[in-house]
Amino acid sequence: MTDPALQFSRVVKSYGSGEAEVRALDGVDLEVAQGEFVAVMGPSGCGKSTLLHLAGGLEDPTAGAVFAHGRDLSTLDAAGRAALRRNDVGIVFQRLNLVASLTAIENVALPLELGGMRAREARPLAVAALEAVGLRQQLDRYPDHFSGGQQQRIAIARAIVGGRSILLADEPTGALDSRTADEVVELLAGLPAASGTTVVLVTHEPRFASWADRVVFMRDGAVVDQTRSTPASPPAAPDPEMVN
Amino acid sequence: MTVREGLLALLNEGPRHGYQLKTEFETATGGVWPLNVGQVYTTLDRLERDGMVRVTEGAALPGQKVYEITHQGAQELGAWWEAVPADEPPPRDELMLKVLMAIEHSQEHGLNVVTRQRTELLGLLQRKRRERAAQGDAGGLAARLVTEALMARAEADLRWLDRCEAELVQQRPTGTRDEGEKR
Repeated sequence: MTDPALQFSRVVKSYGSGEAEVRALDGVDLEVAQGEFVAVMGPSGCGKSTLLHLAGGLEDPTAGAVFAHGRDLSTLDAAGRAALRRNDVGIVFQRLNLVASLTAIENVALPLELGGMRAREARPLAVAALEAVGLRQQLDRYPDHFSGGQQQRIAIARAIVGGRSILLADEPTGALDSRTADEVVELLAGLPAASGTTVVLVTHEPRFASWADRVVFMRDGAVVDQTRSTPASPPAAPDPEMVN
Repeated sequence: MTVREGLLALLNEGPRHGYQLKTEFETATGGVWPLNVGQVYTTLDRLERDGMVRVTEGAALPGQKVYEITHQGAQELGAWWEAVPADEPPPRDELMLKVLMAIEHSQEHGLNVVTRQRTELLGLLQRKRRERAAQGDAGGLAARLVTEALMARAEADLRWLDRCEAELVQQRPTGTRDEGEKR
């Protein structure tokens, strides 16, 4: 049987110690299947962003384990984590973090080049990723040439470039107007069918969460309920253009 | 809206016979309000009695009656367009009352009921979202707007449940955790 794309096993994450200890995650058990689109909802401070940080290898759990495609992330050293974020897991935040002095293509190719790929090999992969998010023109322009929604698409392209199979999105629509935000979430919802990408979206908006195959609710650092997983569309084989 | 107001609105567009009013009423209301012909004729009889409509010439078939709106009917219709649905007395909304009764029992029970209701409503919103996507531009504007209305209501209820959760979590004594309720 295939490993889940992501698996949280009795995950605890604490900050501080003694009386000042705050448990951001308190025994989370959660699996996300490959090609599944899961939305995570919950009130501020419920632990939903911490969950994404752990899935992206940005932080370690205090107890329990997080697995990506069956690999225990806590066994990875710094280089292993960097490789994980370069090759397997892409992250999109509300703040786009695009490099203003690089063009759209250069921004998207950046993680590949940081991984040692030559620019001329990275460029067609960057173009493919930009096309996958619906951007086809003026890709040699700088970020400030693009609208907010287009910049978020560039950030998503950078997060999936080179066939990374897991996309983690933390309130990616927070800075967008409602129509553009709808378009960005629709794009995320289409990724599983288009390229087999697994998507985990943290959001507080029911409207956006309703695009997901499954919605998970958190409170006090734990999963308190979830909707049944019903794929919005049948999963497709990964697009060869999107894979290294 | 009552059937009476719906028929006046349709007759304001021009004279119509009973069966035509039935089909146009159902299309205009996006398929959420099926009528039987008997209901239509009963309402037309009352409208005629009250001077809101009258029988006119132009029947295509023998025995068929064609109705047109009167000046008085147009006035009643105008007043209906202007009226805003009253919000007094407070709405006895099923979801709201269920949550309030649960909180009356205990805050933890309230939280559990909020959680359960929210999950079901989000599931409903997911299904409507897919129906809406599958509908595309087919099915007509009215049917699409019915789906949009159901989605907007589910979103509003979900936001209200989020508010309930935030209030309940805030009011909970420090150190208490949701233990979850066995279902």
